[in-house]
Amino acid sequence: MPSTYKAPEYPYVKPTELTAGGIARTQVAIVGAGPIGLAAAIDLAQQGIDFILVDDNNTVSVGSRAICYAKRALEILDRLGCGDAICARGIEWKVGKVFFHDQLAYQFDLLPEPGHKRPAFVNLQQYHLEECLVARLAELGHGVRWKNKAVGLAVREDGVRVDIETPDGRYTIEAGYVIAADGARSALRDLMGLDWKGQVFHDRFLIADVHMKGEFPTERWFWFDPPFHPGQSVLLHRQADDVWRIDFQLGWDADPEEEKQPERVIPRIRAMLGDDRPFELEWVSVYTFQCRRLDNFVHGRVLFVGDAAHQVSPFGARGANSGFQDTDNLCWKLARVLRGESSPTLLASYDSERVEAADENLLNSTRATDFITPKSAVSRTFRDAVLALSRTHPFARRLVNSGRLSTPTTHRASPLSTPDHDAFAGAMVPGAPAADAPVQVDGHAGWLLDHLGGRFDLLLFDADDADVRELVSGLGDAVRIVRITSSGAVQGPLIDFEGHAEHRYDARPGTAYLLRPDQHIAARWRSPTVDGVRAALARAQGH
Amino acid sequence: MALNTQPNIDRPDDFYQALIEAHAGLTEEQSAALNARLILLLANQVGDLDTLRAALAAARDADGPAASVT
Repeated sequence: MPSTYKAPEYPYVKPTELTAGGIARTQVAIVGAGPIGLAAAIDLAQQGIDFILVDDNNTVSVGSRAICYAKRALEILDRLGCGDAICARGIEWKVGKVFFHDQLAYQFDLLPEPGHKRPAFVNLQQYHLEECLVARLAELGHGVRWKNKAVGLAVREDGVRVDIETPDGRYTIEAGYVIAADGARSALRDLMGLDWKGQVFHDRFLIADVHMKGEFPTERWFWFDPPFHPGQSVLLHRQADDVWRIDFQLGWDADPEEEKQPERVIPRIRAMLGDDRPFELEWVSVYTFQCRRLDNFVHGRVLFVGDAAHQVSPFGARGANSGFQDTDNLCWKLARVLRGESSPTLLASYDSERVEAADENLLNSTRATDFITPKSAVSRTFRDAVLALSRTHPFARRLVNSGRLSTPTTHRASPLSTPDHDAFAGAMVPGAPAADAPVQVDGHAGWLLDHLGGRFDLLLFDADDADVRELVSGLGDAVRIVRITSSGAVQGPLIDFEGHAEHRYDARPGTAYLLRPDQHIAARWRSPTVDGVRAALARAQGH
Repeated sequence: MALNTQPNIDRPDDFYQALIEAHAGLTEEQSAALNARLILLLANQVGDLDTLRAALAAARDADGPAASVT
């Protein structure tokens, strides 16, 4: 049992449908109150969409589970109102070290370029993150229906009926849509009989949370074939509260039950630490990796997100991080459809964009797993050759793959994007997530991303006042105009005082970017026109 | 860049001798490891992915020259 953490027990409340009778009616039923279901609930709550969130348990995750939250996920959490709480609770890191045999092969620095609000990564136990999300949801006046388990599902043309089992009996939810956020072992996926295709890796990993006053720095350490665990790999990673995540590769023949026993685990950790410093085991699990996804994430009125839609190996931290991007992509579209502002076909772009992202994550995760656990003798020979060369030859370090760490997908072929007509350099292509930059507002330091998102924005760089008036009168409240200038000459706008925004967006006076509510770029112009913006907006809204 | 399969090695007999001598005294396993490191070093020298793919295809193709692959 963890000595550093006591899991909350959230109260089960007998649903009113079981006290007063009747059917629960809502716009959206969210099944699963893990990080991704909670994020979906917060997002919908912020948009004023009615929902019911159910979970079959009444607490947070057991064990630390997902521990690395990447910059993009933190930016999404910022918009959900929990970024500060999570960053304050977690610990930042950016240096990774790779060891081969008994030596350091090389080290890398994720080197987040300056001028971003959020770091490359924050490590935090999943249970802490879930507590932050539950608290934020409560702040918005919503709760979770704990110990409410989805046991039946009927999908119709005009809605979905979900049968819920509670300690007091069963009731029914009638919802316009269902968000399936019920994890890798998704019950909804099974109830719908959907194919769950992919690859199971024939290897087992021991994962342990260890509490110790270590002198290890806040870095990610990865060992290939170390003397203390020959032939296998080991990962050491720090979390909050002096808790460390240690992963030992065990091989396929390991007995998962035996390997979980403290008398087997403790000597492994002792050998790794190489001394007799005190430590406590907080949590141990043995697991296998799977890389799978559903063929489609949208099944009529049931929308799959997170691990329920796709599962990756943990190397690269692409599980929870991609789940947050799923709900970030989905919720604004779903809200528009529910408000009647867009047709339900807009949801097809959730499917195509996030399937594209899942494939990118699956590819990266599969490649990392193949490098870490070579499947043939020749694969191991090349892997070891790469590691041997990496000590002295920089080129080989680019081939070492202990996990390609999560970065957001640029939806290059998005049906919602308007292709460029003007020439631009840099990464801010249509479909890309908007880059952050420091800005000054009324003399105070702030961040560009804090001024974007939640609705369609037209970001104007050093715009001429007359041009802005024309855009405002032509576009009305269809978009929010966000002006950014390189000097303080114009009243009210954001000031790009360090020039990072100008550089990152390859901006010149008059340049405009149309951004979606999820901060992805929909279109851009050197000199925007009302008609051009209108057409791009219609396209981005699925019209 | 197309894969060059025309003669390009200076003093081919000297290169071949050096290649064989590099493996002198090594076990099969050590030789395999040396070959792997050598391939990686040479691949980095080539750099271009299309050329590397053409070389991989040519190496697998026991029947004909690489020109037919590219």
